[in-house]
Amino acid sequence: MQPLHKLETPPLPREILLRIYREMVRLRTLDERMMTLQRQGRVGFYGACTGQEAATLASAIALEKSDWIFPALREGGAMLLRGFPLVPYLCQIFGNAGDETKGRQMPSHMASKSVHQVSWSSCIGTQLPQAVGAAMAAKIKGDRTVVAAYLGDGATSEGDFHVALNFAGVFKAPVVFICQNNHWAISVPSSKQTASESIAIKAQAYGFGGVKVDGNDAVAVHAAVKQAVDKARSGGGPTLVECETYRIGAHSSSDDPTRYRDEREVEQWRKRDPLDLLRGRLQSWGIWSAREEDELRAKVLEEVNAAIAEAEKKPEPPRESLFEDVYSVLPWSLREQREELLASPPAGKTSQ
Amino acid sequence: MAELTYREAVAAGIAQEMERDERVVFLGEDVAAAGGVFKTTVGLLEKFGPCRVRDTPISEQAIVGAAMGAAMTGLRPIAEIMFSDFFGVSWDMIANEIAKARYMCAGQLALPLVIRTANGSGSRFGAQHSQSVENWVMAVPGLKVVAPSNPADVKGLLAAAVRDPDPVIFFEHKGLYATKGEVPDGEHVDRLGTAKVLRQGSDVTIVALAAMVPRALQAAQRLEKEGISATVVDLRSLVPLDTKTLLVETKKTGRLYTVEENPRLCGWGAEIASIVAEEAFYDLDGPIVRITTPHVPLPAADELEDNTVPTVERIVETVRRTAG
Ligand SMILES: Cc1ncc(C[n+]2csc(CCOP(=O)(O)OP(=O)(O)O)c2C)c(N)n1
Ligand SMILES: [Mg+2]
Repeated sequence: MQPLHKLETPPLPREILLRIYREMVRLRTLDERMMTLQRQGRVGFYGACTGQEAATLASAIALEKSDWIFPALREGGAMLLRGFPLVPYLCQIFGNAGDETKGRQMPSHMASKSVHQVSWSSCIGTQLPQAVGAAMAAKIKGDRTVVAAYLGDGATSEGDFHVALNFAGVFKAPVVFICQNNHWAISVPSSKQTASESIAIKAQAYGFGGVKVDGNDAVAVHAAVKQAVDKARSGGGPTLVECETYRIGAHSSSDDPTRYRDEREVEQWRKRDPLDLLRGRLQSWGIWSAREEDELRAKVLEEVNAAIAEAEKKPEPPRESLFEDVYSVLPWSLREQREELLASPPAGKTSQ
Repeated sequence: MAELTYREAVAAGIAQEMERDERVVFLGEDVAAAGGVFKTTVGLLEKFGPCRVRDTPISEQAIVGAAMGAAMTGLRPIAEIMFSDFFGVSWDMIANEIAKARYMCAGQLALPLVIRTANGSGSRFGAQHSQSVENWVMAVPGLKVVAPSNPADVKGLLAAAVRDPDPVIFFEHKGLYATKGEVPDGEHVDRLGTAKVLRQGSDVTIVALAAMVPRALQAAQRLEKEGISATVVDLRSLVPLDTKTLLVETKKTGRLYTVEENPRLCGWGAEIASIVAEEAFYDLDGPIVRITTPHVPLPAADELEDNTVPTVERIVETVRRTAG
């Protein structure tokens, strides 16, 4: 495990560094609370970002507001960084009437056009060609949008990864592929996912550059992604950024990693916690104190708990809503099916 | 007889066939070290070793394509696609290649392979993780389609699928994995293409598949109390379809209801309704009624999912309203 490279002075403005750190703490807190709620049966399913906060947030912050994010499994938190409010974000996880996406998607598939972030597709890797298409569209329209396409190490085995990189290279699309190599894809270690020496190196085969960074070092992630975004925006084409990080928790609330993973490996990586690393840097630059840390932790926990309490109060989405948005306008054939369904007793209620 | 869960019956079926025939190999995502994300394949790696039981990269096209190549050249692979929704990712291999290879080479090559997959609702996983796609596969000539509703059928039909000379798509139902049932001791092999009459009645015939079977049975019990006597047929297999049992059981009561989880348009119920309309029209005492998921993607929220897929209440209410 590599030591953190030393930096005598902050490479970024203080506000940006502090914002990244605050968002990382908020996301960590949120994930911890939601995993607890899941165990208590208050949430059906949850997928956490724990251990990958730097790779997620220090990369997303390098984008402009008008840029699009096509996320993989663990980048929902980037929406919060981009200004999406916490309560409707949580309502997606509860799948209730406060969810902008109307309880359609399984938990942890949050999305909002308002912050230019689509939902991750449950089908691994499918976001990648779509992200390239969005980037090609920006080029066709002549606007300066850049698209961030996130993926896990596991997704590199899908055909969609390869066709997307090929398109991006051929069409010089303004897209940045950000791979969170967290060493695991459910039970499969990245060493069994690919025989390549790295994921970054795969970009070469498609005619553009790949870089590998310490994904737990927010500063390094930001620098690499910012450079790639700037390059894409100025017409230089795509880049693949591999963030080497680690999935500290289970794959999701449905998974038990003790069946396949040595706990000692996890312990090693806990020593390189991205929050600790960034806090260490901030303290060494004299821009963060123990008191500020305590205040932040308390404030964030209060904010998250208050939002959970509010989100949990919302009712279930109404039954009739399940017919909306299948098409732009409800066709008569489906209207008939809706009437038939609504005439029958709701599920769980005994008839008569 | 031993009592097994539906998920244990999967592992038992695979193990039985791997023990019997060393050409049987098994591959998929998270199937070996983790024993399957639904714990359906626990213990197989330990029993048969990493050469015959393989965890693969996340490459559905390659899983299914490799199974095809291996089957063409003498092995009998069982491939797992974790969720049936991911058939979309490997559809070219399934629909254009596996389904048609025997035909296109005029029978020179056989494709004795099984693709097992977790189908259906009940986990609140939404539109891309909870679909019932048995009707997609049913529409492609060359594929056999099986969907068991109980542990004994899981083991017996899985064994039959492995021994079959043709590609068989084997739909396990996520909502049934925890259910229990008696499974015959010793070697257990069933027959593909056979439906089962689970309950004999005199007023209506209800035909169901997979997770809709226990719901149809429950509905039949409730209807009994209201004075409506229902036959329940578990289809078990869509291709080949046991039309004989279907027609015989429909003729006995004169009323047919299908209960299916796939969305309404071109669901398997439509095929059955046409067969019965063509071949037993004059034995019907009323219209054939399809009870289906509406033509919508499956939503995830508890209340929404529960109201989309046919429920016991909806079956009872529909039969009561129309059987008169
Ligand atoms: C097409 C497809 N195949 C399989 C799965 C099941 N699945 C969900 S997440 C996952 C592992 C993903 O690994 P990786 O890309 O490394 O992302 P991570 O979970 O590590 O963030 C798998 C196999 C899926 N959702 N979609
Ligand atoms: Mg991974």
